[in-house]
Amino acid sequence: MKTIAQESQEIPINDHVQTDGTRWKIKEKLFLGLSKEEYKAQAMRNPVNWVLFIIFLVGLPLLATRYLGGLDTVTHSSNDYPWGLFLGFGLFGMVPLSASGFLLGTTVEIFGRKDFVPIERLALLNGLLGYFFAVIYLEVDLGMPWRLPYPMFVSLGPAAVLFLVAWHVATYLSVQIAEVAPSLFEWMGWLKAKRFIKSITIGLTIAGIILSTLHQGALGALFCYAPTKVHPLWLSTNFMWIHFFCSAIFAGLSMVIVVSTLCKYFMRWRCDERFLNAVDPLTVALGKGCAYALITYLVIKIVGIAHDNEWEYLLTDWGFYYTLELGLGALLPLILFTVGVKYGWPNVVRTAAVITVIGVVMNRLNTSLISFNWNLYQEIPRWQEIWITVTIFAVYFITYRFILYRLPILYEWKGEK
Amino acid sequence: MKKAVSRRKFLKGGLAGSAALSLTTAKRSEAKSFEGYPDAMGVLVDLSRCVGCRSCEAACNKEQGLPAPEKPFNDYSVFDEIHHGQKRRTDETRYTVVNKYEVPGMDHPLFRKIQCNHCQEPACLTSCFVNAYTKTPEGAVIYNPKVCVGCRTCMIACPFYIPTFRYSSAFNPRIMKCIFCYDTRLQYGKPPACVEACPQEALTFGKREDLINIGRQRIRENKGQYVSHIYGEHEAGGTSWMYLSPVDFDEVGFDTKVPKEPILNFVKDFLSIVPMVLTIWPALFAGIHLLATRKDAIKTKEETKGDK
Repeated sequence: MKTIAQESQEIPINDHVQTDGTRWKIKEKLFLGLSKEEYKAQAMRNPVNWVLFIIFLVGLPLLATRYLGGLDTVTHSSNDYPWGLFLGFGLFGMVPLSASGFLLGTTVEIFGRKDFVPIERLALLNGLLGYFFAVIYLEVDLGMPWRLPYPMFVSLGPAAVLFLVAWHVATYLSVQIAEVAPSLFEWMGWLKAKRFIKSITIGLTIAGIILSTLHQGALGALFCYAPTKVHPLWLSTNFMWIHFFCSAIFAGLSMVIVVSTLCKYFMRWRCDERFLNAVDPLTVALGKGCAYALITYLVIKIVGIAHDNEWEYLLTDWGFYYTLELGLGALLPLILFTVGVKYGWPNVVRTAAVITVIGVVMNRLNTSLISFNWNLYQEIPRWQEIWITVTIFAVYFITYRFILYRLPILYEWKGEK
Repeated sequence: MKKAVSRRKFLKGGLAGSAALSLTTAKRSEAKSFEGYPDAMGVLVDLSRCVGCRSCEAACNKEQGLPAPEKPFNDYSVFDEIHHGQKRRTDETRYTVVNKYEVPGMDHPLFRKIQCNHCQEPACLTSCFVNAYTKTPEGAVIYNPKVCVGCRTCMIACPFYIPTFRYSSAFNPRIMKCIFCYDTRLQYGKPPACVEACPQEALTFGKREDLINIGRQRIRENKGQYVSHIYGEHEAGGTSWMYLSPVDFDEVGFDTKVPKEPILNFVKDFLSIVPMVLTIWPALFAGIHLLATRKDAIKTKEETKGDK
């Protein structure tokens, strides 16, 4: 795509009309203005697609066996570890990384920081896709995936934490679709719909904050149902929800930094000047937010230990591992963010963001799998379970790329909007 | 006029709203002090009487129509089975299991039967977001497979590791757990199959209240033969199945760290912030929005004035 974009005047598409005055058709827009042969050729040239192909080659048959043969064909079907990697990574890991949507929405629309606009849409899209694929992971894990709407319409258990998660994720998904929709409407040229969404932006954004606070917290609160199973260092029944919510803040911001970095280096042809000029200073500015959230997180984690008086656990092997998680996953990026922000070094901030993303996923896996049943034994997922998890992530990647190639996320639409 | 009507409507709405609110809070405070149904039945298991004959396992298997086990019920080598360092547990083919424990200083082993303890305020029930579980007035915790989604939160929440999942089925999976023989026996006032099958009278069926008294009496009258604790009287907020043991409970595989209050209590901190966030956040963030964009608002106001 890079070379095509350099040689052609019309590609990448960023306007309703071509240079000769004729309008692009939706189909042509879908094919990025390339002919079918050209499109195929550029897809074949991309080595990333070959890696994805290999993942799917094994992953799709595995998914088929899971749906035709039952969960026990791909997982350990453990009664001691009812939740495995699909939820440990897919739900508990993906959701905090997708907090970006509500965070940047709040920054721009509520706090009035219009200087974050160039990166706002990327953050919103990152949020939408992350949630959507968290639901996909859930659909892989649920025993009866065809009953997904049951907690909404068929049989309601409103006193359960998961009820709140289900409703909030569902509502928040709709809110996020509405928030991302304007870029689709611009691309399609449906301006009326865009103006309508624009008129309810503040409402949508505030709804987003409420829903995010509660369900990010609720994911943590789910583990309060297992006070004897999760290791006390990872479980603070009083503060669990706020630990999860607070870590979602730097997780979401870091994820935007990581994705914008990938776009800057690997999808440069699709970015416009405005995005490319803004991405470095905005990275530093987001890093500042991360640093604030991280220091808060570290303190409230320590408060959690003090509150339950669990200091002695820190001297055990579990305590060592816990300190390692906090040290590498939170303290180290905190230092890097601080240095990066102080000296205005975007690449240091980017390094910190990558570490933070890994750190948050590590925390969620530690809570849901590794320190779970700490008194029993360790569950190591089967390779099939890992491969399916990677496969779904690959679908996520492809969808993400598909949208970024087309919709005005990384660039401003030139035509009327 | 129009205004007045709308205000009256508004007030009405407000009254209805607060009435509904007070109703729900009233319900909640009732739930806070729920101590179980008065006529709930239960079973008292006396570990000193159990000889590990596995008759209860066989009876359960037959009563509940579960698949035949790999090894017959008179094969006692199952007591040596170890998976992941753990003794046998319930799974999709068995609702109850008896395990053997060699206790140092005792000349004979002890046996412990596990099955659903039928909590007064069950964690499985309170964590279920589709209301698949019911605690019946007779004391049983039963399950409705027709609404279950298969999220397995109940298995996470159960402090006794009882509910299991039929992972082997792609199209008809469900939770598998002991239901106190509710369908076939308990609702007609009959004891569950395992109790009836026990040749040692190790299992005593009766009203939960009475069982606690019987338990205390046995402890009192047989000085030194039991530890002075009825496991299940307070564990997890109280259970319908309770245990007497001649040795410390943790020596015969019981989790003595199970809290003496319902598991739900640990989630209440979070549940109580939900209405607060729902009501405070809109005002808070709308306020911040107005504050943050105040300068811009003044600016545009002045600009429009200038245009005039």
